[in-house]
Amino acid sequence: MNSNSLKISNENLKRRLNAERRFKFYGVIAISLALIFVLILFTNIISKGYSAFYRTLIEIKIEFNDKVQPEIFKQMSETEINKLDLYSFSKKNIYSNFPNIEKKSDKKKVIKLFSIEFEEEIKTYINKNKNNLGNTINLYISASDDIDQVHKGNYSRDIPEERRRVSNFQLSIYDELVGQNKVKFEFNLPFFSRGDSREAELAGLGGSLIGSFFTMIIVLLLSFPFGLFGAIYLEEFSKRNRFTDFIEININNLAAVPSIVFGLLGLGILLNTFELPRSTALVGGITLSLMTLPTIIIATRASLRSVPPSIREGALAVGASKVQTVMHHVVPLALPGSITGTIIGIARALGETAPLLLIGMVAFIVDVPSSPLDPSTSLPVQAYLWNDSAERAYEEKTSAAIIILLSFLILFNLIAVFIRRKFETKW
Amino acid sequence: MEKKIKVCVKNLNVYYGEKQALFDVCMDINQNEITALIGPSGCGKSTFLRCLNRMNDVIDICKVEGSIKIDGEDIYNDEVRVEKLRERVGMVFQKPNPFPKSIFENVAYGPRIHGLAKDKNELEEIVYSSLKKAAIFDEVKDRLDETGTSLSGGQQQRLCIARAISVNPDVILMDEPCSALDPIATAKIEALMEELKKEYTIIIVTHSMQQAARVSSKTGFFHLGNLIEVNDTETIFSTPANEKTLEYVTGRFG
Repeated sequence: MNSNSLKISNENLKRRLNAERRFKFYGVIAISLALIFVLILFTNIISKGYSAFYRTLIEIKIEFNDKVQPEIFKQMSETEINKLDLYSFSKKNIYSNFPNIEKKSDKKKVIKLFSIEFEEEIKTYINKNKNNLGNTINLYISASDDIDQVHKGNYSRDIPEERRRVSNFQLSIYDELVGQNKVKFEFNLPFFSRGDSREAELAGLGGSLIGSFFTMIIVLLLSFPFGLFGAIYLEEFSKRNRFTDFIEININNLAAVPSIVFGLLGLGILLNTFELPRSTALVGGITLSLMTLPTIIIATRASLRSVPPSIREGALAVGASKVQTVMHHVVPLALPGSITGTIIGIARALGETAPLLLIGMVAFIVDVPSSPLDPSTSLPVQAYLWNDSAERAYEEKTSAAIIILLSFLILFNLIAVFIRRKFETKW
Repeated sequence: MEKKIKVCVKNLNVYYGEKQALFDVCMDINQNEITALIGPSGCGKSTFLRCLNRMNDVIDICKVEGSIKIDGEDIYNDEVRVEKLRERVGMVFQKPNPFPKSIFENVAYGPRIHGLAKDKNELEEIVYSSLKKAAIFDEVKDRLDETGTSLSGGQQQRLCIARAISVNPDVILMDEPCSALDPIATAKIEALMEELKKEYTIIIVTHSMQQAARVSSKTGFFHLGNLIEVNDTETIFSTPANEKTLEYVTGRFG
C-alpha cells in the first residue's frame, strides 16, 4: 500500500469533513448568539440599575434658637423626640440656608429639592447626637428623587423646561450647592430596609425581600418533605399498577402546567374556600409549593433511580428490611440530587410572578411584613409594580430589584452546583 | 460417611410473568461443601440461587412454586421473615457492591441491624473477626475509616464476603463472584472459599468451568431452566451421564 494513500482525500471524505465543519460552525453560532443576548441583558439591567444602590445627600446647616434649644433633647426619649412637631422649625432652617431667596413660591421650590421626610431625618440626627448638640449643626439630608436623578446624570437637561420635573431655577440652586461641595453620594442602605412608597426616594426593597424570604421558607417547609417522601414512596415502595401510573403521569404533567393556573387554584381554594388571609406570604408559599412539588418529586425520583440496584441488593442480602435498605442506603445517596432539585425548584418559585398576582400579593404594601401572615409582596412583583410607576426614579429601582433577584437566582444555582459536585457519588 | 443435607429443593418452578425460568428443579445441597452451578447464560442458575435467599421477592412479577427447605424448614412458608432468612443465607454478588461507607461500617451494618452486638467492643470484635475470616484484615486494618469503594476490585469482593459472614450465616450464596476480577484476585477468593467451607455451606454460580472443577465437590448443570444433571464434580467433568453436559463441559457449546 502506498504511504500517500492516507493523505489523498477523495470526494466522499471531503463532503464528510465539510459536513462536520458546518455542524461545528452552527453550534458555535448558536452558543455565541445566546451569550450575546445574555450579555446585552445583563449590561442593560446593570447599567440601568446600579445607580439605585447609592443616593444623593445635601448638606444643610441647622441653628437652634430659644424655642428649640439643644439642651431640651437630653432629657427626652426617642419616641418623645419623634413625636415633637419640628416641621416649621426644620423648614425655616432649610430656608435660612438660602438667604438670597425671598419669594414664597421660590421657597416652595427649594423645599422640593429635599426628600419629603426631611423633618424625620433631622429628628433621627438629633436622636443620635442628642447629648452633644452644639447651637448650630451641619447634617446631610436626602435629596428628592428628582434631584437624585439629576445628580446621577439620569435626567437630561436638554429636555425643555416645561417637560421637566426640575425647573431651571431648581437646577441653578442645585448647581450652586454642587459648587459649594455640599452634595454627596452615599451607599443606599435604606433601599434594602424600607418598604414600598409612593415617594420614589423612600421606596425600598425591604418589604419584598422579607416577603420573598417568608414565601420561600413556606415553599421549602411544604414542598421539600412532601416531595422527598412522595418520591421515595412512589419510587421504592408503591406497586406498579394503573393507579400509580396515573399518578406518575399526572405529576409529570403538573410540572408543565403554566404557573398562573396554580394562582387560580390558590385563589379559588386557599382564599375563597378556606378564607386564608389575602396577599400573605403564607398563601403565596402554599401556592408556589404546589408548583414546586412536581419538580422536587421528579428530581428526587431521578436521583433515587440512579442509585445502582447493587446497593439495594447488598443491603437486602445481609437481612435489612425494605425500609432499612431505603433509609440507610438509598436515600442518603439520593439526597444530594434531591436537594439540588429542591434548590432549582425554589429558585424558580422565587422568580415566579403570575400566581402571586392572582392571590393579591401585588397590592401596594408600605409596611415591611413581620410574619408570613402579614400582607406582603415579593421581589419579582415589586419589580413589576415599580415598572408601572411613572416617576423616572422608579426605572433604576426596577432594574435594581431585578439585579437583586438575579443575584439570588445565581447564588441558588451556584449552591446547587456546589452540592452536586461535592456530595454526589459517581458510579 | 454420610453427608448432612443442608438445602433441599423440590419441584421448584419459577416464573417471570408469563415466562417460566425454572422447570421442576430438584436438588440436595450438602452441608460444609462447595456446590457449583454451571450452565450457559440465561439457563436459570442465577434465578435458582436467588430463590435460596428469596432475593427474587423484590421482583414483582416473579412467582415461585415448589419447596425449598433449609435444615428442614420451608423458607417460602408465610411465617418466614425474609430478613431472618437472609441473616442465615448470605450472598455475594457478581460485581463487588460495597456500600459507599467506611470499611468498618460495611461490615458493621449487618450485625448492627440484627442487634448481634451488645456494645461497641463486641461490634468491633465481630467486624475484625469477619475481616480476618475473609482474609482481608491485614490489608485494611490501618484504613478502616476509608470508604469501601476505594479498595481494589478483589479487595472489594473480599470485603463483601466479610460483610456476608458478619451476620454469622449458615449458607453463603455466590453469584459469579470472580467474573469481574483478575486471576490473582480470583485465586485469593478461591483459596478463601476452601477455608470458608469448613464453617459454611457454599453455593457458587460460575461461568468458569475450571473454577467449578477447582473448588467444588458437587456440580449441577443447568440448561434452559432445567437442572440437567447434578453429581460429584469429578464425575460431571469426566464421565457425565447426559450428552448435553458432556458437550458443555468439553466446550462444544455454551
